[in-house]
Amino acid sequence: MSSQHEKHYVDQEPFDPDASLHQMERQDLDASNAVLVWRKFKTHKLGLISGIFLLTCYLLLPVVGFIAPYGPNERFSDNLYSPPQSIHMWHEGEFLGPFIYPLVAEANLETFQWEFKPDLENPARLEFFCQGSEYRLAGLIPATTRLFCAPADAPLFLWGSDRLGRDVFSRILYGAQLSLTVGLIGITVSFVLGIFFGAIAGYFGGVLDWVINRMIEILRSLPELPLWLALSAAVPSNWSPVAVFFIISIILGLLDWPGLARSVRAKFLSLREEEYVRAVEMMGASSGRVIRKHLIPNFMSHLIASATLSIPAMILGETALSFLGLGLRAPAVSWGVMLNDAQNLASIEIYPWTAIPMLPIVVVVLAFNFLGDGLRDSLDPYS
Amino acid sequence: MDILRYAIYRFGTMLLTLLVVSVLVFTIINLPPGDYLSNQIAELRATGQASGVAKAEFLRKEYALDRPLYQQYLIWMGFIPGPQGFSGMIQGNFGWSFEFDRPVAEIVGESLWLTVVVNLAAVLFVYLVALPLGMLAAARSRTWIDYSAAFLGYIGLATPNFLLALILFYYGHKYFNLPIGGLMDPIYEGQPMSWEKTKSILIHLIVPTFVIGTSGAAAMMQRLRANMLDELGKPYVETAIAKGMSERRMLTKYPLRVAFNPFVADIGNLLPAMVSGSVLVSVVLGLQTIGPTLLTALKTQDMFLSGFVLMFVALLTLIGTMISDVLLVILDPRIRYEGRDQ
Repeated sequence: MSSQHEKHYVDQEPFDPDASLHQMERQDLDASNAVLVWRKFKTHKLGLISGIFLLTCYLLLPVVGFIAPYGPNERFSDNLYSPPQSIHMWHEGEFLGPFIYPLVAEANLETFQWEFKPDLENPARLEFFCQGSEYRLAGLIPATTRLFCAPADAPLFLWGSDRLGRDVFSRILYGAQLSLTVGLIGITVSFVLGIFFGAIAGYFGGVLDWVINRMIEILRSLPELPLWLALSAAVPSNWSPVAVFFIISIILGLLDWPGLARSVRAKFLSLREEEYVRAVEMMGASSGRVIRKHLIPNFMSHLIASATLSIPAMILGETALSFLGLGLRAPAVSWGVMLNDAQNLASIEIYPWTAIPMLPIVVVVLAFNFLGDGLRDSLDPYS
Repeated sequence: MDILRYAIYRFGTMLLTLLVVSVLVFTIINLPPGDYLSNQIAELRATGQASGVAKAEFLRKEYALDRPLYQQYLIWMGFIPGPQGFSGMIQGNFGWSFEFDRPVAEIVGESLWLTVVVNLAAVLFVYLVALPLGMLAAARSRTWIDYSAAFLGYIGLATPNFLLALILFYYGHKYFNLPIGGLMDPIYEGQPMSWEKTKSILIHLIVPTFVIGTSGAAAMMQRLRANMLDELGKPYVETAIAKGMSERRMLTKYPLRVAFNPFVADIGNLLPAMVSGSVLVSVVLGLQTIGPTLLTALKTQDMFLSGFVLMFVALLTLIGTMISDVLLVILDPRIRYEGRDQ
């Protein structure tokens, strides 16, 4: 409590001669590293919001079937390329709750296209927690309840439908499952390789260091995309979508590790001269133990921050590969596969909504960048 | 003299790197099971076309595809004599494209230098955009200029290149009447160089350059800004201001020069990403660079063609990196690449 009557700060609490002068600082000094990092990270608003957003996205991945109104490959052959619809609340001044105007297809005999007009006479109300087509929760539990669905005769396309009459909105949700996990698997591969090579190069030095360093330099000086393309072109076309998905994630990770290995190596070069490392070595710890138990924990947090910053490259990489037709293949659904439909100018001009999967890509990539920046800034709480 | 020696040393390491890369590339193009010809032979057999089989068998012999892999590699590179004597990459024979039934050199032809032109334009764009913007962002840090530059940078970083290309193409055509597709008007294709052709290429280059360069420019700008901010806090800047130097003169005379180094060094890091970008953008926009050729070659398993394109792309980045390394030594007397004990 304080008062400002005196034009200067006066603490109303009685003076306590026994209180420690450093009480405030004491708390900070005693706090664990994690608490300090968290405290600093909290001030990084953009990073915090991005982190929460990404966490929500990943947590929702197993239940996308519940949120999406349709299955990823459910087709409505009467509604090819139907434009996005909006959900209305009021019909002719009367409150109806969420409803849509069903689309009526008309053939335009001049442009030879189907044109969809909303039927303003018959509003169709949305249902909630209704029965839709069957899907599997987390890929395991069969279920049919969906968050919302439209009446059977008036399908709902929130973000339009694609060339085969599939709902873009639902497909984006299902696509997230693959597009978001590709980055995680890829980064795991690159993490393991990067730490392994960086650690042995930095810790043992000598010939090993030279060889690994040259490897890193060579890989870093090569353009990634052509190599990704070449490697994914080597994936046999008769493999199942799941196998292709895994191999593509691994390919993405295979070329990403040199950057990580380089920073690990640089850190190891300086850390291995520290006294505590000498001490453990003299006590007879094996090299593996020194690396695992004493060196890596030292900068794990930095590694995590830099990993966060390289996930976007993988997500974009998967998109590019699938877009070019060498990555994931239909019937697998990912954002890149969906963008395959928006490959030419005609579709951008006539059916701009086929390019909507671009939005989640941009948002997720930005979120990862902000999160990574925030983590990097807050990981060194003593600075 | 020192610099000359360093340049020669750097050239030597580049050649060695190229050798390793050639092994890598050869392994990658041989990863898919079978090869173009054996697949074709199987297909011809299945459809009962015996005459085609003979030709394919002949080509198989001619290009030594019936030999063990390591020999194939050595013949491909031109280290050991193949069926036609020494005739590999280093002798300037880039092999035969089975898909197009023509020599590789003939197929890639003009697209090689167009690839170089596209990438050079992108590098130029990166410099021209990142230099003033980065400086401005640092000099006016924490103002709307800084924030909007950062925002543009993030967008450039996060938008998939190919989509940016499509969208810019569409709007560029709609509002600025920029041409759609290709790197020149179709009438100039295969024509000798002329002023008209150059002009046509320049106009067609606008959108691709912008798309390929954006993410690189964004990264470069951020780095320049950070470097400049570090320098701006130093006492010599304060001294210069106290002496009454104009801001512009002070900025360009002192901090910019110091902050400039990473600018040159970075091009080596950026180049691989930009070459990647140019391949992708070329495919989407139908530019006559080697990007689309690479994609068809990979999809049809046309190994000599894809191998050559991969090698060329790698060579391009390696040369770029080498030039930036040598430039750096010329620019900055503090950098010396000798060992520590000298």
